[in-house]
Amino acid sequence: MRYAMAIDTNLCVGCSDCVVACQVENNVPVGYARDWVVEVTEGTYPNLAIELRSERCNHCDNSPCVRACPTGASHYAEGGIVLVTPEECIGCAACIESCPYDARFTHPDGYADKCTFCIHRVQNGQDPACVSVCPTTCMTFGDMDDPNSDISKLVKSRKSKVLAPEAGTNPNIYYLT
Amino acid sequence: MKEELIISGRMNPHVDPILNTWGWEIAFYLFVGGISAGLLFFSALYVIRKKEDIYPAAVKLAPLFVPIFLVLGLGALFLDLHHKLYFWRLYTTVRLESPMSWGAWTLMIITPLSIVWAASFVKEIWPKFNWWNIKLLNDIEKIVIKNRVSIAWPLIVLAVVLGIYTGILLSAFNARPLWNTSILGPLFLTSGLSTAAALIVWLSKSKIEREIFTKIDLLLIGIELFLITHLIMGFLAGGQVQVESAQIFLGGAFTTYFWVFIVMLGLIVPAVLEVMELYGFHIPAFAPSMLVIAGGIIFRFLMIEAGQITRYLY
Repeated sequence: MRYAMAIDTNLCVGCSDCVVACQVENNVPVGYARDWVVEVTEGTYPNLAIELRSERCNHCDNSPCVRACPTGASHYAEGGIVLVTPEECIGCAACIESCPYDARFTHPDGYADKCTFCIHRVQNGQDPACVSVCPTTCMTFGDMDDPNSDISKLVKSRKSKVLAPEAGTNPNIYYLT
Repeated sequence: MKEELIISGRMNPHVDPILNTWGWEIAFYLFVGGISAGLLFFSALYVIRKKEDIYPAAVKLAPLFVPIFLVLGLGALFLDLHHKLYFWRLYTTVRLESPMSWGAWTLMIITPLSIVWAASFVKEIWPKFNWWNIKLLNDIEKIVIKNRVSIAWPLIVLAVVLGIYTGILLSAFNARPLWNTSILGPLFLTSGLSTAAALIVWLSKSKIEREIFTKIDLLLIGIELFLITHLIMGFLAGGQVQVESAQIFLGGAFTTYFWVFIVMLGLIVPAVLEVMELYGFHIPAFAPSMLVIAGGIIFRFLMIEAGQITRYLY
C-alpha cells in the first residue's frame, strides 16, 4: 500500500479551504500551517499562465527527514505515511533542514510537526480533512499500489508532475497539469 | 518571468520567509568541535611520535582547553534543542543514516576521553596540583599516563571523525544546495586543524614549536584555499541550484563577508604574516593566530546562514 494524493491544478481556485480545514482538524497552533497554497505566475502580460497548487508534506518514498532524524522519531507508518513521534523527537530541527519542500516546522511544544495525511481519519476509511472539504474536488487521495484506485487511474490518464524530482525524494503528491 | 507567491500566508516561524531554524548555537558548536578535533589530533600525534618535550604547548597545554570547548559546544547544542527534556533519546538508538546520530555518539566517547587526556597533563603544567589528595583520581592519572600511547591511537581517529563530522553534518542535507557538497567535510576538518595550529602557535613559548606549527598552519591554509576554490568550481559546474549557491559568494548577499573576512583576513593576511615571521620579521604571535581563529568562527556562522537561504526551485 502506498498512500498518495493527486491535486488537479486546473481545478484549484486557491481558496485556502484546505489550509483552514487542516488547522481545525489537527489543532494546528495559531500562526502555523501544515499545508498552504502557492500561486505561480509565468510569462509577460498579456500572455500569463497561472498555476495554483495546494502544497504539504510529500510523504516521500525516500524521505530525507527520516534519514536525518537522529532518534528515529521521524518514521514511515502504514502506507508510507511519514510521521513524527513527539515523545521521541528532541527538537534538533535536522528534519526541517533536510526537507526540500520546507514542509516541517517546530511545534510551540518543541517537537517537529507537519502534515500526517490525517492518518487518524484515513485509518477510519475517511479522506484527509483537506481533501474532504475542497469545494472544487481538486484533490484525490488513495492507494497508488492499487491499479484500480481513483488516484492510480487519474495519475495514469492525466499529465502530472511531482515537485523537485531532482531532489531524489520520490514524492507522493502528484500535481495534475 | 516567473513569480511564485504563497497565497495562503504560510508563515511558519523560522521557516518563512527564509529558513533560519539553525542559529548561532550550531555555528558555535561547529567551530569549537573543529578546533577541539584539531587540538586533540596534534596532541595525540606528537605523543605517538614521542615529541612531548619538543612541542610542550601542543601536547600538554593545548588539550587542557578541549574539555572546556567541548562542554561549551555541547551546552550550545543543548540550547538549540527545542524538546530539551527528551535529549536522552539520542542515546537510545544508533541511526547509521543520520550524521547527527554519528555526532552524538562520537561526542559521547570523545568528551570523557578528552577530559581524561587533558587531566593527565595537569601536573606537568601545575606541578603542585595533587587532585585534592584523592587516591582514586591519582590512581586513574597513573593508569592514563602509563597508557598514553594506547589512548592516543583511538583519540587521533576520533579527532578526525569529530573534525570531518562538523562538515558532514551540513553536507548530508541535499535540500540545502550550498551545504550539499562532499568537499565540506574535508574543508571543515582542515579549517579545524588550522585554527588548532594557530592556537598552539599563540600558546607556545618555544621558538622551535612556534616555527613548526606556523609551517603546519601555512600548509593547512594552502589546502583550505585549494578546497575553497574547488568548492566554488564544483558549484559552478553543477546544476542551477548549485550555480545559484555559488552566486551567494560571487556577487550575492554574502560576497563581502566571504572574500573580506574569510578569504582575506582569515586566510591570506595571516598566511602573509606567518611567512614574514618565518623570514625573520618580528610579528606578534597573537596577530596571525587571532585572524585565523576569527576567520574560522566567521566561516561557520556564514555557512550556516548562507546555506539556509539556498533551496530547490520548483
